[in-house]
Amino acid sequence: MKVSIFIPCFIDQLYPSIGLHTVTLLERVGLDVEFRAEQTCCGQPPFNAGRCREARAIAEHFVRVFQDADLVITPSGSCAAMIKRHYVDLLADSECLQDAVQLGERVWELSQFLVDHLGVVDVGARLSGRATIHDGCHGLRELGIRSAPRRLLEHVRDLRLVEARESETCCGFGGLFAVKFPSIATAMADVKCGAIAEAGVDYVISCDASCLMHIQGLLDRRGDGTKCLHLAEALVSA
Amino acid sequence: MTQTARQFQRNCDTTTNDADHRSWIRIALNQAGDARSTAQARFNDWDGACGAASQIKWESLDHLAENLESFEAKLLARGASVHWAETGEDACAYILRVAAERHAKRIVKSKCMTTEEIGLNERLEAAGLKVVESDLGEFIVQLRKEPPYHFVFPAMHLRRNRISETFEREIGAAPTEDAESLTLTARQELRNVFLSADIGISGANFGVADTGMISITENEGNARLTTSIPRIHIAVMGIEKVIPRLADLALLLPVLATSATGQTLTCYNTMIGGPRQPGEVDGPDEFHVILLDNGRTRLLADPGLRDALRCIRCGACLNICPVYRNIGGHAYDTTYQGPIGAVITPHLQDLTNWKHLAFASSLCGACTETCPVGIRLHDHLHHTRSMVAERKTSGLEAMMARMYAFAALRPGLFQWCGRQMRRTLRMTTRFRGGRLDPFRAWRHTRDLPAAPAKSFHDLWKERKA
Repeated sequence: MKVSIFIPCFIDQLYPSIGLHTVTLLERVGLDVEFRAEQTCCGQPPFNAGRCREARAIAEHFVRVFQDADLVITPSGSCAAMIKRHYVDLLADSECLQDAVQLGERVWELSQFLVDHLGVVDVGARLSGRATIHDGCHGLRELGIRSAPRRLLEHVRDLRLVEARESETCCGFGGLFAVKFPSIATAMADVKCGAIAEAGVDYVISCDASCLMHIQGLLDRRGDGTKCLHLAEALVSA
Repeated sequence: MTQTARQFQRNCDTTTNDADHRSWIRIALNQAGDARSTAQARFNDWDGACGAASQIKWESLDHLAENLESFEAKLLARGASVHWAETGEDACAYILRVAAERHAKRIVKSKCMTTEEIGLNERLEAAGLKVVESDLGEFIVQLRKEPPYHFVFPAMHLRRNRISETFEREIGAAPTEDAESLTLTARQELRNVFLSADIGISGANFGVADTGMISITENEGNARLTTSIPRIHIAVMGIEKVIPRLADLALLLPVLATSATGQTLTCYNTMIGGPRQPGEVDGPDEFHVILLDNGRTRLLADPGLRDALRCIRCGACLNICPVYRNIGGHAYDTTYQGPIGAVITPHLQDLTNWKHLAFASSLCGACTETCPVGIRLHDHLHHTRSMVAERKTSGLEAMMARMYAFAALRPGLFQWCGRQMRRTLRMTTRFRGGRLDPFRAWRHTRDLPAAPAKSFHDLWKERKA
């Protein structure tokens, strides 16, 4: 089966290895992965700022790039939610609305694709240590991503998965929010890091690298040794 | 940035730096959350109940004009006075007129956010009237000359020792940290207030259209005393509070109690349909109902905002909101705090001064998930952001959005920009949040990852080569 991957802009620029891990993982479960170099962004940054005209143009570009792809997999719950849930309204007056709606049904967030679409829960990974999951808000509340990453991680050998308090509480990232209201965003991350410290884990694992960038940013500043891992990274470890 | 926005940032800086305060709020709100979960579990089908409550509130708005007319007609028939107030000023002026004509000196109030919204207490006091809040929490914050911290739990930010200090300083009570003793102090103080008040002012949780009654839900019995002992009772309510049928309360009261305080029902639920009728022994001589618009019809007219008028003011969105939990209620400087406050304030007041509240959110959606009447709170915040963006098509943010979109439509340019961004990130790492750091807003409090030399695009090209 051939799948196309969408690598979100900040993963492309700041965490390219997460992109590679995603490819490795998809190949490991027997898929033929293609990457369309014309892809850029899903449009979420201007969309969240209320700049819908700009977001619309970017969303149309996304639809044009992927419209003939059978399946599009992305290692981000947030970007997947943008495409699957928000394009409908955003592109309501656009010529590509129909294509966008149909494409939305073929776009999958990585963990849900593996578990719900392919039925794969064991990818043969091994990672030693204790880990907890951070549920990214958009993936959790807009796509219902809750059990998929847990089922995948439960099958990772030597990994002890624990639930921390506040696992479903926002980490405070929220895109531009994190820089427009740094004191609030940092306080929110502080609550998150407190719960992580209390859980005494080696890893915080999430389906969203943007949340992890924020959490790791404060963990590092606090000098906590806990490491943030994107789900794809945890699942390719051996 | 407006003065209000700057003040908001300063308020946020203060509370987010106060770890003790934040921890106290977290503990208090976690308890509220646990109580709510327990109460929710008593429903056979909580989601079904919320769905039905949500429908009733939609129906209320869809037939608001008829509901209000029926509500008014029934009240008038029982000898009540109904005053339609277009603005807060109208409402205050009406109350001042009633007070002046009846030579009233003393006023007792039960908890009513609508009167906070219109600044009634300040107006009454300026006219030389003595005003006392009788809800325990409101009584405490009034003594402290503070606004309510939370529109359901007005004094939740105060530990018992602070309440004791307040009572000692303001009414000469003996210091104690015993909750019962503190309550008794307030009770003794308030008894005389009830007995000597000329006017009692209350709010209304709901107005009932088919019977012409107001419904008040409370736990202390102070609203009953406020509305029945003084010879004049004035109720101030927003027009959106009117629901079609008395029977709807059978659902709405438990849903409200569960969401607000984690109770199956509150201790006292009162329905009032008029002044004392012939042959009745209790009740005031006069009953006035003020139906307040104060910007509500503006929300009603906007299909994108109308939804927010279904709010039953349970406060559940505040309790769950990670922003509220970290900045606290006073940071907002608004009558209605938290997500619902951030949704309605920019439209009830004005967009220019209050738009920052719509941006002070990570749009995490916890509020929408918890709202018992299904208000899409975080979508409304986003809607407000779009309204701001539509009006402000020049300036730095508009330009940045246009530049971002320009680049995002050109993959080669987008990659080039990414490369420059990574280079800047690498060159400025040593500034680490200092004054020269272009990423200061982030790096002042948090680290950023080390910028990689290559993007995924680059790595993919190499992989294929």
